[in-house]
Amino acid sequence: MRVDGKGLVDRTRPVSFTFDGNTYRGFSGDTLASALLANDIRLVARSFKYHRPRGILTAGSEEPNALVTIGRGPAADPNVRATVQEIYDGLEARSQNAWPSLRYDAMAVNDLAAPFLGAGFYYKTFMWPRAFWEKLYEPIIRRAAGLGALSGQKDADHYEKAYAFCDLLVIGAGPAGLMAAWVAAQSGADVILADEDSVMGGRLNAETLDVDGKPGTDWAAEMVATLEAMDNVRLMTRTTVTGAYDSGTFGALERVCHHRDMPKGGVKETFWRIAARRSVLAAGAVERHIAFENNDRPGIMGAGAVRAYLNRWGVAPGKAVTVFANNDDAHRTAVDMQAAGVHIAGVIDSREDAQPLGDYPIYAGAMVTGSQGRHGLESITFEAQSGTERLATDCLAVSGGWNPSVHLTCHMNGRPTWAPDIASFVPTPGSIPGMETAGACNGAFATADCLREGVDAATASIKALGMTVADVAMPEADATPYSVAPLWAVPGKGRAWLDFQNDVSVKDVKQAAVENFTSVEHMKRYTTQGMATDQGKNSNVTALALLADATGRGIPETGTTTFRPPYCPVALAALGAGSQGKGFAPERFTTSHAASVAANAPMIEAGQWYRPSYFPLEGETTWRQSCDREVGYVRNAVGVCDVSTLGKIDIQGPDAARLLDFVYTNMFSTLKEGRVRYGLMLREDGFVMDDGTTARLGPDHYVMTTTTAAAGQVMRHLEFVTQALRPEWDVRIVSVTEQWAQFAVAGPLARDLLNGILDTPIDDEAWPFMSCGPVSVQGVTGRLFRISFSGEHAYELAVPSRYGASLFELLLARAKAMAGGAYGMEALNVLRIEKGFITHSEIDGRVTASDLGMARMISAKKDCIGKTMAGRPGLVAEGRPQLVGLKPLGPVKQLTAGAHIYTPGEDAAPAHDQGYITSVGFSPTLGHFLGLGFVKDGVTRHGETLRMVDHLREIETEVELCNPVFFDPEGGRTRG
Amino acid sequence: MRLPCPICGERDHREFYYQGADVMLHRPDPDAGEAAWDDYLYLRANVPGDHHELWSHDAGCGAWLRVSRNTVTHEVTGAELATEVKR
Amino acid sequence: MRFSGLKVLKEGLTGNKGWGPHWRNPEPKAEYDIVLIGGGGHGLATAHYLAKVHGLTNVAVLEKGYLGGGNVGRNTTIVRANYMQPGNSEFYSHSLKLWEGLEEDLNYNVMHSQRGIINLFHSDGQRDAFARRGNMMIGEGDDAILLDNAGVRKELPYLDFDQTRFPVYGGLYHKRGGTARHDAVAWGFARSASDRGVDLIQQCEVTGIDVVNGVVKGVQTTRGPIRAKKVGMVAAGRSSQVAAMAGLTLPIESHILQAFVTEGLKPIIDHVITYGMGHFYISQSDKGGLVFGGDLDMYSSYAARGNLPMAEHVVEAAMTLMPAIGKAKMLRSWGGIMDMSPDGSFIMDRTDIKGLYFNGGWCYGGFKATPGSGNAFAHLLATDNPHPTTVRHRLDRFRTGVGIMDEESTGSQHNLH
Repeated sequence: MRVDGKGLVDRTRPVSFTFDGNTYRGFSGDTLASALLANDIRLVARSFKYHRPRGILTAGSEEPNALVTIGRGPAADPNVRATVQEIYDGLEARSQNAWPSLRYDAMAVNDLAAPFLGAGFYYKTFMWPRAFWEKLYEPIIRRAAGLGALSGQKDADHYEKAYAFCDLLVIGAGPAGLMAAWVAAQSGADVILADEDSVMGGRLNAETLDVDGKPGTDWAAEMVATLEAMDNVRLMTRTTVTGAYDSGTFGALERVCHHRDMPKGGVKETFWRIAARRSVLAAGAVERHIAFENNDRPGIMGAGAVRAYLNRWGVAPGKAVTVFANNDDAHRTAVDMQAAGVHIAGVIDSREDAQPLGDYPIYAGAMVTGSQGRHGLESITFEAQSGTERLATDCLAVSGGWNPSVHLTCHMNGRPTWAPDIASFVPTPGSIPGMETAGACNGAFATADCLREGVDAATASIKALGMTVADVAMPEADATPYSVAPLWAVPGKGRAWLDFQNDVSVKDVKQAAVENFTSVEHMKRYTTQGMATDQGKNSNVTALALLADATGRGIPETGTTTFRPPYCPVALAALGAGSQGKGFAPERFTTSHAASVAANAPMIEAGQWYRPSYFPLEGETTWRQSCDREVGYVRNAVGVCDVSTLGKIDIQGPDAARLLDFVYTNMFSTLKEGRVRYGLMLREDGFVMDDGTTARLGPDHYVMTTTTAAAGQVMRHLEFVTQALRPEWDVRIVSVTEQWAQFAVAGPLARDLLNGILDTPIDDEAWPFMSCGPVSVQGVTGRLFRISFSGEHAYELAVPSRYGASLFELLLARAKAMAGGAYGMEALNVLRIEKGFITHSEIDGRVTASDLGMARMISAKKDCIGKTMAGRPGLVAEGRPQLVGLKPLGPVKQLTAGAHIYTPGEDAAPAHDQGYITSVGFSPTLGHFLGLGFVKDGVTRHGETLRMVDHLREIETEVELCNPVFFDPEGGRTRG
Repeated sequence: MRLPCPICGERDHREFYYQGADVMLHRPDPDAGEAAWDDYLYLRANVPGDHHELWSHDAGCGAWLRVSRNTVTHEVTGAELATEVKR
Repeated sequence: MRFSGLKVLKEGLTGNKGWGPHWRNPEPKAEYDIVLIGGGGHGLATAHYLAKVHGLTNVAVLEKGYLGGGNVGRNTTIVRANYMQPGNSEFYSHSLKLWEGLEEDLNYNVMHSQRGIINLFHSDGQRDAFARRGNMMIGEGDDAILLDNAGVRKELPYLDFDQTRFPVYGGLYHKRGGTARHDAVAWGFARSASDRGVDLIQQCEVTGIDVVNGVVKGVQTTRGPIRAKKVGMVAAGRSSQVAAMAGLTLPIESHILQAFVTEGLKPIIDHVITYGMGHFYISQSDKGGLVFGGDLDMYSSYAARGNLPMAEHVVEAAMTLMPAIGKAKMLRSWGGIMDMSPDGSFIMDRTDIKGLYFNGGWCYGGFKATPGSGNAFAHLLATDNPHPTTVRHRLDRFRTGVGIMDEESTGSQHNLH
């Protein structure tokens, strides 16, 4: 219920929202949790395993219970914490994991079967009969598991990623964080202050304590306003720092647009990468529960949360509130509630010497032993010095003490230190390089201590940055020390819960220990303790204290499990922002792209490039028709193809030739100016890396081409050789792939076509096969290479990229006029297979020069990369698969790439495997399928008949091994 | 993790390409024998702790660097240009 | 104690008082026939098969932390037999067959679930490479189906087929592939080995390997010296450190592989899916979490934790391929230390030291190998001869070039596999 005169909500701005289809009202500033509590809604969810009723437990992002789905359709957002979700007009929230309704959930029957479903039960059963696991048991388990559901539709919201840099990142804007930011900002540092709440101030907004003589809330608001006005400070609200990574890098999730209706084009969340020179962790603390029988009913909450709902949101979570605690701090809940006019049924304090802080009934040395109420708390039973008593109450505020939020300090494998005085863990100094810790996360709970530690942490950070620390006045604040007497679980026989979402009880932890799961990691994994969406923030310390007890070890020896990023769950759409659709990788377009698209060519991905597959003409119904026609252009007239995607590397300097001799197996120092040579490049381990042609344009000037696929790898390799192996050589290399548009002009009429556009005609004498040089094309200086990947009389003409589109248009028009035209990747592939030219289908990273029949290309006159290792026994042994051509024999005329080759009459099994096919194509020139592949000792087996088996496509045929050069083996057409 | 490129300054390691231990700087002679080549290409001391290793600033200046980094803590203590190391 | 549904019922009705330890906590003896260094999945599996297949029970497994605390407890739980290279193909085929009988063998429900794996491909070239692999798998006696685009649409309708950067051409579908509950695998092997008499000794770090005149004599540990006739090093991730105690240098570099899990969600992904144009694979656990991973962080490391760039890359691949999971929230990320070998394939062999054996270099393929590795390593330790499925996996194959199994075809650089 709402309490008059309390809270920071704006009562002039009512807000209407729905939960499970019912409309409720709250105020601007409410979270879904506070608004539901204001409407006396206590049952909000069901637990994971036993579907026990669940209410709101906390007032922060650690909430394990109140998870809801927000919105619907593609925008439906499952597993949203009601305690973090701010309400706005039209907000639609739904409960999860309950059927047919939250109140009457059929799966609650699981709770009755709990004796059979204890920790690890599934490891011991569902084994017989074997088929039942996948057919019956597992599908049932899978359907029952999970909390919320994804819509199954494409995420329609927009997310972003961003970078930020600062001198000091302050994580958490409570009293410690605000003071740290203030000192650093005054000292002139660039400061980022991030807090996951919508309002900065931390616990100051949840308490009634004064700072600097004014209400803590007001002090925080004034400090925030001051910081906001400073140029060197960036305030990031609704921003959770999710992870601490190496070298001062932090991940942070900003919930940009969860608190209001999404504006058009708005951003839902931004994932930040923050590079900070120093950091201060002031993340506060999380209150822990006390385990007792049925301690999980809706209405049983954290004492600090109850206080927060009152002071921050003006909501009393009950009409008759009881407090159960082992520390003084929780008594403030009773004091504040009473001051606000809420009835306090009693304070049950396990400490025998507990003293009340106000005028309320106190039961010192007493413990709550049970609770009643089906869908919400109605009464509790407790064991007082006078005996067992029962108290009617609809809200039990529990505090077992506070656990510092040490999580981020553990993200780089730091282990926290046990602090007996607060019976919890505190950060181990130095766990994150450059990070100071301050305030409650450091185990300092009094406001005055928080303020002071904030100043100290900032002072240390500023000094480490080499800056001068500004003097700031220390505000006065409450300095009441925190004292706690550990109470983990109330003795008793019933089920006392630890992990509320995963339904892990004290018994489960003890049972795990009995079954020898005594390591804290074993206990966690066996019971699922701490593996729920809160990652054990609410329950891990208690669970490991109980494990320590069960195993007779101390808590420090028992240790903790590892805290891992992210601190709070991060939507994949945020972490992967920008990559939906085409955003995953850059798109590279050739200068002929638009023309190809206009010609209806299907564009296919070749690495990051797009290349035309084929250019369909009207009347053609299959790609094969287009491909065959385009092959015909090249074989009979002239074809034009954009080959700009091949890597082009410009190599200049007096030692350019030495470099090429070193990276290629064959000689390039002997190449004459104006000539081109095919080169084979090995990796240092002796296997083939890439191939391509390199042209010598001048005495000290070469241009190398690489395959499209290996362009980046080759460039990096050359950089490695020139910088790391041979830095003394005077040679420079630069990638010029993007700078030149290059087109293959291939076919018997290639020269005729070129002579129609070149400013000076060429002839065979001046431009023989494998020549190169500058040419003038319509007044533009380009480069002409007489090289061929089709086996025809062919050239590649390169011009600066800005002329590429118009040159393509010109070449195409001329080709068409000569009964030719453009050809795409399909035709290019057929043409090269006809000639036995290899691509990365053949050079797949596992083949040697010798496997390709190119052993003689490794020059004996010089060293080169890969030469030594290519001589290893295993790389020169007999029986290695070698490149062959394959032709189908018999009735089945088809070959398939990926099929394996076997000896006829033997099983198509690995023991008889002779090789495999890497490339196939139908040759319109020769009228049948051609294949390239690798067959054991294949070079010496031309003419043999073997058996091709493609199990996958169920195709089998006899094949004849042959020379991989199917067409014009003498090469007359290339030279002609 | 951020690496101090001597040319570009400190950058996120996503801009860099990692190759491996800096033994790769010392290519054996062609006739150094199979043990030397095995050491060069394959065998690695792989000791936890201080490590000298080669990175290329692919998405930056293209320089190959020898970086000193601890493989347990990931603390980066220095980076030199490979060309300088070889001189 | 035998586990069964009946036993669970009986215990449930009688207060669950009858359950006992899954394994014993023995004190180390002064001497064993065989000492295994490493109580992870492979070490525990080796112990199980030594006892069960070879009747060798005077065996100790020495674990410096807790059983199953290495990569067996921090992987993405995928089980498959879809390798292409001779050597790997038969080994993983053998391992998958062992998986298929593991629950009965161990009397432990490891939740092996053959949900099917689909390797997506995104170009004709990738299709051909997968066809070559699929044909190898079928030849080996395993299963594979080549799906076209329509076939993938039918199985995985929630993928983005229209807007995505690299369209799906099809997939190689391996129906016998799937997942298992990783911790249970370690625990099941541990329980079986312990029941058969093997001593599993936790919190016992090996600090030295005693070698005299080229013969192994035992180990030094934090719990005292232990003599042994044979010592098996089976501590992948830490292989180099262990081998260094015997003066051996390995062809291995240690790297970090991250893995990720989301909050629990109602079933959406039934298969294991791998993306062909970026490093990303995903499945959904029985608890509802989407379990996924990608490539190494790429720099050598012993830190068992990762950094953001690879985490982001992995999720970016997820978002272009299956934007329907955008609202799933990453709950936890973690890292394991991978033994990266220079051909991406494991090493299982004798060493130059008599009585000292090596099992490692699993890169990030170790989990699915667990039963096969244990079975084959037990064979090697018991008989001194390699198991028929691991004859190629020699320690000297890089020096000689004989039997290199470069599955990723990326060459000698350790982190590229």
